[in-house]
Amino acid sequence: MSGLDKRVSTYEQALEGLGDGMTVLSGGFGLCGIPENLIAEIRRRQVRDLTVVSNNCGIDGFGLGVLLEDRQIRKMIASYVGENALFERQLLNGELEVELTPQGTLAERLRAGGAGIPAFYTATGYGTPVAEGKEVRDFNGKHYILERALIGDFAIVKGWKADYFGNVIYRHTAQNFNPLVAMAGRITVVEVEEIVAPGELEPSQIHTPGIYVNRLILGHFEKRIEKRTLRA
Amino acid sequence: MTLSREQMAQRVARELQDGYYVNLGIGIPTLVANYVPEGIDVMLQSENGLLGMGEFPAEAELDADMINAGKQTVTARPGASIFDSAESFAMIRGGHVDLTVLGAFEVDVEGNIASWMIPGKLIKGMGGAMDLVAGAENIIVIMTHAAKDGASKLLPRCSLPLTGAGCIRRVLTDLAYLEIENGAFVLKERAPGVSVEEIVAKTAGKLIVPEHVPEMTF
Repeated sequence: MSGLDKRVSTYEQALEGLGDGMTVLSGGFGLCGIPENLIAEIRRRQVRDLTVVSNNCGIDGFGLGVLLEDRQIRKMIASYVGENALFERQLLNGELEVELTPQGTLAERLRAGGAGIPAFYTATGYGTPVAEGKEVRDFNGKHYILERALIGDFAIVKGWKADYFGNVIYRHTAQNFNPLVAMAGRITVVEVEEIVAPGELEPSQIHTPGIYVNRLILGHFEKRIEKRTLRA
Repeated sequence: MTLSREQMAQRVARELQDGYYVNLGIGIPTLVANYVPEGIDVMLQSENGLLGMGEFPAEAELDADMINAGKQTVTARPGASIFDSAESFAMIRGGHVDLTVLGAFEVDVEGNIASWMIPGKLIKGMGGAMDLVAGAENIIVIMTHAAKDGASKLLPRCSLPLTGAGCIRRVLTDLAYLEIENGAFVLKERAPGVSVEEIVAKTAGKLIVPEHVPEMTF
């Protein structure tokens, strides 16, 4: 890693500096497009009391679900946390704090965090438990609530291809929250399936420009499928 | 006879118009895609970031990087586009989706909807439902009219935590199609063989029954 070259060669280097009590933003939707090796490295490091921001929390035994096994997560900010028995148990036991955030609000909080916008108004959640304690304002006769941006100490991202300046392209719906968390990390770490030389990717096809990326690593991925559904 | 899941989907599919962009929720709403009327082309939006959802894949097309909002493997149809979650919800929140179809536990005469949480039982989260109901102008809720014990789900006031306030105008149940106007449900159509009396008995919220209530046909 030097200058514009963001490559690191080990997962240990990729998450160097990650410590107890930090906030980690993770890309992925269900198990699709999750940074599975970076999650495994968080587990290996045994850091604790993490606040994790992700649309979901993986499943039992895979994805972010593995961080629950050693109780590394103190607080989860997510939109949907079903399909995870250990998560449910820790939530009911009071071992885990959860801030449920509507999916679009979560995406926008991350985008805003990365874009230097501290808060924004949205109609989503007005009149529901999500609005409790939040400022309400009327614009053009409609009610909106104030939602705050999210920033992370680390953002962990799964890309498809990148050049070693950290320009990233995602594949299909594995894009999801990845470009948003990439923007909102103080240190953004991207793992990809292929790293190429600068100039090999078409500039107009880049999803995440390298300016957002601090560290880049080549990984091998299991890409587990959560709900394998075939045409009849 | 109450409507089957397929008939409910079939009835809602008649609301589709050529050129519509449509978001279908998980469960019965998903089945609407099977009944798109002939000569009508719609683009299905999946809120994980796919506009132009196609069929489920054949074995050879199976791809872990290609899923829908229900986390099922899926394909993209010709003319599809794929984008990030902020873009996806910009479409939804910005009112660009022509029709949203979703399920609910309860709706009430003020157009409130409860669909994401039953206190005391487990909380799984709202996913994209709150954004969908806040952003869409044109929403159809598909739900059963009453619980198995007969308790009405069409209420004077929702008892469960809300997903959205004052945002629902149209409801299709297994007994009837209703619209919400001026603090009341208005009975527009009834399921084949279902009497107005049964619908009245199973609707706890204020119900307006016009002189003539046509039967749906299938």
